[in-house]
Amino acid sequence: MAGTSRAEATGRVIGVDVGGTFTDLVLTDPATGRVRLAKVPSTLDNQARGVMNAVTVAEADLTTVDLIVHGTTTTTNAVLERKLARTGLITTAGFRDVLELGRRTRPQAYGMKGSFTPLIPRDLRLEVPERMDAQGRVVTALDEDALRAAAAQLLEAGCVSVVVHFLHAYANNAHELRAGEILAEVWPNDHVTLGHALLSESREFERGVTAAVNASVQPLLERYVSRLTGELEAGGYGGDLLVMNGNGGMVSARTVSREAAKTVMSGPASGVMAAAFTGRAAGLENLLTYDMGGTSTDVALIRDAQPAVSNEIEVEYAMPIHVPMVDVRTVGAGGGSIAKVNAAGLLEVGPESAGATPGPVCYGRGGTRPTISDANLLLGRLDPGKLASVEGGVTLEDVRRVFAAELGDPLGLTPEEAAEAVIRLANVKMSGAIRMVSLSLGADPRDFALFAFGGAGPLHACALARELGVPKVLVPARPGITNALGCVVADLRHDFVTTLNRPLDALPMDDLAAVLRAQEAEGRALIERETVPLSEVRAVFSLDMQFMGQTHLLRVPLDGAEITAEALLARFEEVYFNRFRVRLETIRAAVVNANCSVIGTRQPLDLTILLDPAERRTSLAEAQRGTRSVCFEGQWHDTPLYWRDHLPTGAVVPGPAIVEQMDTTLLIPPGDRAEADAMGNLIVHIGGAA
Amino acid sequence: MIDPITLSVIQAGLQQVCDEMDLSFSRAAFSPVIAEANDRSDGIYAAEDGALIAQGAGGLPVFVGTMQYSTRVLVERIRDGLTPAPVEGDIYIVNDPYLGGTHLMDVRFAMPFYRDGEIFCWLSNTGHWPDTGGAVPGGFSASATSVEQEGLRLPPVRLFKRGVLDPEIYAIICSNIRVADQRIGDVQAQAAALKVGAERLSALLDRYGDDVVAGAIAELRARAAQQMRACVALIPEGSHEAVAWIDSDGVVNEPLAIRLAVTRQDDGLRFDFTGSSAPCAGPMNSVLATTLSSVYLAMRHLFPEVPISAGAFEPLEVTGVAGTFLDAQYPRPVSGCAAEVSQRIAEAVFAALAPALPDRATAAPAGTSGNFALGGHDPEKGRDFVMYQLSGGGYGGSAGEDGLANGCSTIGISKAPPVEIMEQQFPVLYHHYALHEGSGGAGAHRGGFGLDYKLELRRGSARASFVMDHGRFGPQGAMGGADGAMNRVEVIRNGAVHVPEHLSKEQDIPLAPGDVVHVRTPGGGGWGDPMRRDPALVAQDVRLGRYTAAQAEALFGVVLAGAEVDAEATAARRGTGV
Repeated sequence: MAGTSRAEATGRVIGVDVGGTFTDLVLTDPATGRVRLAKVPSTLDNQARGVMNAVTVAEADLTTVDLIVHGTTTTTNAVLERKLARTGLITTAGFRDVLELGRRTRPQAYGMKGSFTPLIPRDLRLEVPERMDAQGRVVTALDEDALRAAAAQLLEAGCVSVVVHFLHAYANNAHELRAGEILAEVWPNDHVTLGHALLSESREFERGVTAAVNASVQPLLERYVSRLTGELEAGGYGGDLLVMNGNGGMVSARTVSREAAKTVMSGPASGVMAAAFTGRAAGLENLLTYDMGGTSTDVALIRDAQPAVSNEIEVEYAMPIHVPMVDVRTVGAGGGSIAKVNAAGLLEVGPESAGATPGPVCYGRGGTRPTISDANLLLGRLDPGKLASVEGGVTLEDVRRVFAAELGDPLGLTPEEAAEAVIRLANVKMSGAIRMVSLSLGADPRDFALFAFGGAGPLHACALARELGVPKVLVPARPGITNALGCVVADLRHDFVTTLNRPLDALPMDDLAAVLRAQEAEGRALIERETVPLSEVRAVFSLDMQFMGQTHLLRVPLDGAEITAEALLARFEEVYFNRFRVRLETIRAAVVNANCSVIGTRQPLDLTILLDPAERRTSLAEAQRGTRSVCFEGQWHDTPLYWRDHLPTGAVVPGPAIVEQMDTTLLIPPGDRAEADAMGNLIVHIGGAA
Repeated sequence: MIDPITLSVIQAGLQQVCDEMDLSFSRAAFSPVIAEANDRSDGIYAAEDGALIAQGAGGLPVFVGTMQYSTRVLVERIRDGLTPAPVEGDIYIVNDPYLGGTHLMDVRFAMPFYRDGEIFCWLSNTGHWPDTGGAVPGGFSASATSVEQEGLRLPPVRLFKRGVLDPEIYAIICSNIRVADQRIGDVQAQAAALKVGAERLSALLDRYGDDVVAGAIAELRARAAQQMRACVALIPEGSHEAVAWIDSDGVVNEPLAIRLAVTRQDDGLRFDFTGSSAPCAGPMNSVLATTLSSVYLAMRHLFPEVPISAGAFEPLEVTGVAGTFLDAQYPRPVSGCAAEVSQRIAEAVFAALAPALPDRATAAPAGTSGNFALGGHDPEKGRDFVMYQLSGGGYGGSAGEDGLANGCSTIGISKAPPVEIMEQQFPVLYHHYALHEGSGGAGAHRGGFGLDYKLELRRGSARASFVMDHGRFGPQGAMGGADGAMNRVEVIRNGAVHVPEHLSKEQDIPLAPGDVVHVRTPGGGGWGDPMRRDPALVAQDVRLGRYTAAQAEALFGVVLAGAEVDAEATAARRGTGV
C-alpha cells in the first residue's frame, strides 16, 4: 500500500528526470543533510532501464526512500516522432477530416511548402450519425449500432486505443458519455478517451488533437509506468511513484495515464518549477528562465514565484495540446547554431544548427561549420584543454582554420574577432527573442532576474542580461540537474477551467463565487486522496476576461473567490492598461472563463544540501584552479578559473572570471560581480544595469 | 565605413523594433481580424522617399513592400503642399487605394519620427479594419463598379495632432462605417504600436548614435540589393513566360489574363506584364502598389532568406502594367486586388520561374481567399449578422514533396475559424467539413487537397455572396504535373441547385431556412509527370480515400488489385518495364 502506512518515514525523496541525452537523479536525505546525484545516459527504448541505472549509480537504497517523483519524455518523444499506439477515432458524421485539415495554416509565413502528418490516419477515422448544435440541443440522435460497428471495425484494424470526439460535446456531453458506456462493454481495454473529458472547450481541432494525443500515448505511458513501478518495487521501493505533468504539478502513477496528454512537456516544466522554488528561496521571485542547450534555447516567465501557465501550447506545427502547461517557449539558437556569411556579405547566426551530429567542429564528430560553441572555445570561454579528450582529435588550430576560412576571410577579421562577432550577434538575437517572449506575456524584462541553466546557459547569461537591461543573473548550485530538482520540489496541482462567457454586468457575483468555490472543493478533495506530506494547500483564482467583441483573453488574478462587480471591473481595466497601454472605458467587459488551481505545497527542501560543505574552501584564493586567457570586447584578459564546489559561502567573485563545475561553465565578464549566497546559488550583479 | 558586425547588430535591432510594433498592435487590437488573424503590418520607412528600411516579420505577407508606396506618396504630397506638413506627435491616416494602397479596408497610419526637431524616418502600419462602409458589410463586393460603392476613402489626413485624436475627423469616419463603436479599440492599438516603435527606435539611436544608424541603414540597403542579386543569379538568363487567369471580374463574365515574361539580364530581373487584360468593370482590378508588392511577395516565397527591404526590391523591375487591370486608376473598383488578384500575380511568377528554380518553386497553390459571406437576420438572437467563411486550399507539389492540404492563401497566414465557433455565432449548421477528395493535381509529387464544406441556414433569412476564384481554371501544375481541381460553388435553394453565372463570384443570393451552400475549394497543382509517382504512394492515397481506384488508373496509371498495386498491369498501363 502506498505512503501513509509506512511506519518509519525517512523523508528521503528521489527526483529523477529522463531527458533526451541524460537521465538525472537527485536523492535528498533530510537526516544527513546530504544529497546524492547521478547522471547517466538515457535509454530511450526503455527509459526505465536508465532510471534504474541512475538509482544504482547513486547507491540509493530504495527500501528507505519515501517518495519518488519522475519527469519523463515518453509521451513527448512519442508525439514528436509519431511513434504512437495504433489509435482509432469515432466522430460526428461529416467531420472525420477535422484532424487532418487543421486550422488552414502553413509551417512558416514564407515558402509555400511543408507537410503535416495527422495523429490518426484517415482510414482509422470513422464517422457515426449523431449531432448536437452549438447550444447543446440534439439535432441527430446517436446511432448506437453504427457506434458498435465502428468500434468493431477499429478493433479489426488493430487499434488498441480509441477516441470519441463529437462536435459540440463541450456544450452537451450526453452522446460522448453514452458512447463511453457502449465502449466500456465492447472495447477490450480501458484506453478510451472521450473528447470532452480532458478539455471541455469549443474549437473542434484543438479539442480533437488534445484527445487524440491522449489516446495515442496512453497505452505507451501506461506500459512504461507499470514497467518502472515493477522495477522499483523489485528494488524494494514501497512508496508511491509520482509523475510530473506539464503544468508543473505531479500526479500519482496509478492515475497518470488516464490523462496522459498532460505529461507532454513534463521535463521543461519541472525545470521551471525548480527555478521558481530556487528563486523564492533566494528572494528573487520574478525570473526569466533561460535554458540553453546544444540545439535550442527554452525561455519561461516566473512572476511572484509562479510560472506562467498556458492552456494553448502548440508542441510543434499544427499540434496544439490544450491542457494547462507551463508556458515554455523555444527561441531557436543553441550551442550548435551555425554561423555563416550570407550573400549580402553579412554575418548570420542560425537558424541552421549542427545539432548533436555532426555537431560543432570542436566535438570532433566531423562538424566542418563554425558554431556558437566553437566561438566560445576560440575566445577561451570554454576549456580548450578538453579538446584532447574528444573522439576525432580536433585541435584549437583546426577550429581557428574553420573560422578563418568561413567567417574571418570574407569579413576581413581574425578568427578570434570573427568568433567574438558570432557571440555578439547570437546574444543580440537571443536577447531579442527573450524580450519578445517576455513582452508577449505582458512583462518588461527589466523587472526580472535571469535564471540561467542548461549546458550553455550560464556561459551567455551575463551578456544577455546586459542586453536586456536585466540587473541580476541567478545561477543555481546545480544547473545541470535542474529538471530533476524540479521533481523534488514540485507541488501537487490540479487546474480547473469553467467557461462562463457572460457580460460582466449580467453576471451575478454570487454565481461567480459559487463556481470558483466548487472548483476549489473539487481540487482539495483530489489532493486529499494523495499521500504526500504537504506543508500547505491553497487555491489560486483567476478570470479570463475581454472587452465584448474581442477574441483574445486577458487573465485577471483574484485575491479570493469573492469580489464585487465594481472592484472586478476596476481590476480588469488596470490589468488591461498595464498590458496594452490603452483604456476602453466605453466598451463592456465580459468574463469568459473562471479558473482555479489548487496547489499542495510540499515540505520545504533545504537547498544548501545541494553542495557538499566538505568541498567548500575558506577563501576565494583557495577555490581558484588556475587562469586562462579569455577574450572580452577585443581584449584578452588573464582570467581566474574557479571550481564551483570550492567557492566559500559569501564569496564575491569579480569579473572577469570563469566558474567551472561538472556540467556547465559560468562566464562573469569584466564589470560584473558574482556573490555566492548561503544556499549555494551564485547571484551575478550586472555592472551598469539599473 | 561601418564594421560588418555593427551592421548585423543594427539590422537585428531595426528588425526588433518592427517585431515589437507588430506584437503591440496585435495584442492591443480590438477586432479579431488584427488580434487573431494578424491582418496587419508595421515598418520603418525612409524620411526622404518612404523607402522600406525594415518591416516586422509577423506581418501578413500581402503587405510585403506596400507601405513604402503609401509613405512615398505622403512624403511627396507634403512636399508639394497637397497635404499639410506634420509636427511632432502627428499621425496621418490614409486608405486611398490609388495613393499607394491596397483595398479600402487596409487602413494605414504613418507617423514621422523626429530626432532633434528633424524627421529621421517614418513609422507606419496597416491594419485591416472589419468595415469601412460601402455597399456590403466588410467591403468585399463581388459586383461593385466604382470605388465609391466599396466604402469610405480617406486621403492622408492627420487623425492625431500633437498626439491627440482629432474628434472631428474621427466623427466623420465613425458616421460612415459599420460597428463604429468598437473601432476606437483598433485606432488606439494602431497608434500605440507606432509609439512603441518610436520608443524602441529612440533607444537604438541613443545606443549606437544617429549617424552610425543612418550609415548602417544606407549600407544595409546596398547589401540587401547585393543579396537579392545573388538570388537572381540562380535564375538562367533569358525570358521565362507564363499566363495566369482570373475567372471574371464579377460583373462581365469574361476571363482576365495576367501575361508575364520574366527576363534576367545580368543580375537584374524584369517582370513584364505587357499584354495583360485591360482594366475591368468589376472589383478584380489591382492598383500599382499592390501589383508591385505581389511580385515582391512571390519572390519572398521563393527566397524567404532575404529580409524585406527596399534594397531587396532594387534588382526587381516591373514593366508593362500601364493600361492594364494591374494598374487601375480612380474610380475603378479594387476590392479584389489584395485578396485575389495579388495571388494570381504570384501564381504567374511561380509558373514562370518553376522550370528555372526547380529546387525552390512549387506548382500553383489554391490561390484564392475563398471568401463566402452570409449576411442576414437571426430571429432567435433578435439581431442581424454578417458571417465570413474564408477558406484555404491545396498547395502545389514541389520537387521535394506533395503539396499541403488546406493551407492558407498565398497572401495570408491566418487561421480559419472553427466550425463550432461559427455555429455558436451564426444560425448555420455545417453538414460536413472535409477534404476535397480527388482535388490534388496529379504529379510525381501531387498537389495538396482543398476543402469541401456544406452548410445550411437554420432560421431567419440571409443573403449569400461569394468572391472566390479558380472556378474556371485550376491552379497550374508544373514540370508536367496536372492542374489542381477547380473551385466549385453550389447553392441549393428549395432543393434546386444554383451555380453562380460567374462560377466563383456572385452577390446577394437570397437564402431561406433549409437552403444549403456547398463549396469545394481548389487543390494544388501537381509537380512532375504523374506516371512517375511511386505506385505505393498512389495505392496509399486510394486506401485513405483521397482518390478513387479509377482516378489512380486514369491520372497516375496505377492499376490496383484490391488494396495492392498490380505491378504488371501498372507497368503495362504506364508503358514501362516492370
